[in-house]
Amino acid sequence: MNVTLTINGTAHTYDLEPRTLLVQLIREHAGLTGTNIGCDTSSCGACSVHLDGEAVKSCTLLAVQADGADVTTIEGMASADGTMHPVQQAFMDEHGLQCGFCTPGMVMAASSLLAENPSPTDEDVRIGLEGNLCRCTGYHNIVKAVLTASGADQ
Amino acid sequence: MIPAPFDYVRAESTEEAIALVGQHGDESKFIAGGHSLLPLMKLRLAQPSVLIDIGRVTDLSYVRDAGDHVAIGALTRHMDVETSEVLREHAPLLAHATSHVGDPQVRHRGTIGGSIAHADPASDLPAVALALGATYVAQGPNGTREIAAADFATSYLESALADDELLTEIRVPKMNGAGWGFEKFNRRAQDWAIVGVAAWRRNGDAGVALVNMGSTPVLATGVVSALADGASVADAAQLAADGTDPQPDLNASIEYRQHLARALTKRALDIASS
Ligand SMILES: Cc1cc2nc3c(=O)[nH]c(=O)nc-3n(C[C@H](O)[C@H](O)[C@H](O)COP(=O)(O)OP(=O)(O)OC[C@H]3O[C@@H](n4cnc5c(N)ncnc54)[C@H](O)[C@@H]3O)c2cc1C
Ligand code: FES
Ligand code: FES
Repeated sequence: MNVTLTINGTAHTYDLEPRTLLVQLIREHAGLTGTNIGCDTSSCGACSVHLDGEAVKSCTLLAVQADGADVTTIEGMASADGTMHPVQQAFMDEHGLQCGFCTPGMVMAASSLLAENPSPTDEDVRIGLEGNLCRCTGYHNIVKAVLTASGADQ
Repeated sequence: MIPAPFDYVRAESTEEAIALVGQHGDESKFIAGGHSLLPLMKLRLAQPSVLIDIGRVTDLSYVRDAGDHVAIGALTRHMDVETSEVLREHAPLLAHATSHVGDPQVRHRGTIGGSIAHADPASDLPAVALALGATYVAQGPNGTREIAAADFATSYLESALADDELLTEIRVPKMNGAGWGFEKFNRRAQDWAIVGVAAWRRNGDAGVALVNMGSTPVLATGVVSALADGASVADAAQLAADGTDPQPDLNASIEYRQHLARALTKRALDIASS
């Protein structure tokens, strides 16, 4: 069946089996491989994207459920001229990544968190990112990066 | 992991959802947020032949002050329950417990109706609704009926809802200033409760329900009647595991779950009483 959606500002239509997952649409049909699959069981958050502005786990959503939606992936975060999104820049400045596997999902979850709570505390950030696992950093620099992006003085 | 093939139809209204389930029969399943159903379908533990998507039935997404109770549309997402001013004022136990369901991504998709209809004893909200004495509204081809939360769950993942009935509304009695506590014991952020307890107290009244202490959410009736008879919180909480039938698993033995039920009931009641 046909699924029409906007990804990073561009409209796409795909003819898909209903069982196609949103993350498959993004990676295999749209060719946007910045969105990672970690656990495939909605535990790790690596596949987080924005659906109509809110972070969701794209491994636990059917592509047909996103029909008509506005999807943003990590590829859509930087400006057209290459200027990074403030959350991306803060991850770089604060060393919020090591291997980088979790980073696309972290950036999408963190930017959704900041949209809902523009001035989070350290604890708000830790609780707000509970759906995203990182096996490298120990989280401290990720939390720092999100606080930096929020403009908090540390 | 990809689900087995199925046909997909989308309902735009309550009536259309009921008509579609009538047409497709018991091989079909509703999908709301999909955050309980899709994980099961990916593991092929569920293989419906038709999915009826009710995720866009927006007329069932609301939180309304209805006098003595708050009416919540079944398709209201966890995030909207958690942040509802009406619920924070009149049923703070439910708003708070909802903020402990999964993680923000899960709460952006999952719905209160899906959580109740799924009838998983490890879910937080069925026990909270039970403790608060909620009533559910179901609509089917023959009209609408009310089901008390206490009569809803029949066994593990089984409920009093008929296959062709849609859960449309959750009615939660106003707490009218009752003290409350919600204690969820797990070992990692985001996890399901190993055991959970939802409790409230107001003057001589109380309600206590347990998460993951049997094949359905459990009312701790012994605790409530002991409190009514004037027992202390510590003594009443000792009765929390009486009559429960929890399953052992990797996380906890039966004895440990029963210990947790008593300890968490005491904590929740201490908070509710303070
Ligand atoms: C990673 C993760 C962590 C989670 N952690 C928790 C947790 O800590 N605590 C907790 O309580 N829950 C947790 N959940 C479950 C979450 O709360 C789900 O959102 C919820 O259980 C189901 O809601 P849904 O809208 O996604 O339902 P769906 O998955 O769409 O549906 C579930 C079932 O209910 C039926 N159904 C749905 N809506 C209706 C309706 N209106 N009428 C009739 N039948 C209906 C469906 O046919 C299906 O059988 C977690 C889920 C995930 C993926
Ligand atoms: S891949 Fe989706 S949450 Fe891990
Ligand atoms: S940086 Fe390696 S998993 Fe997070």
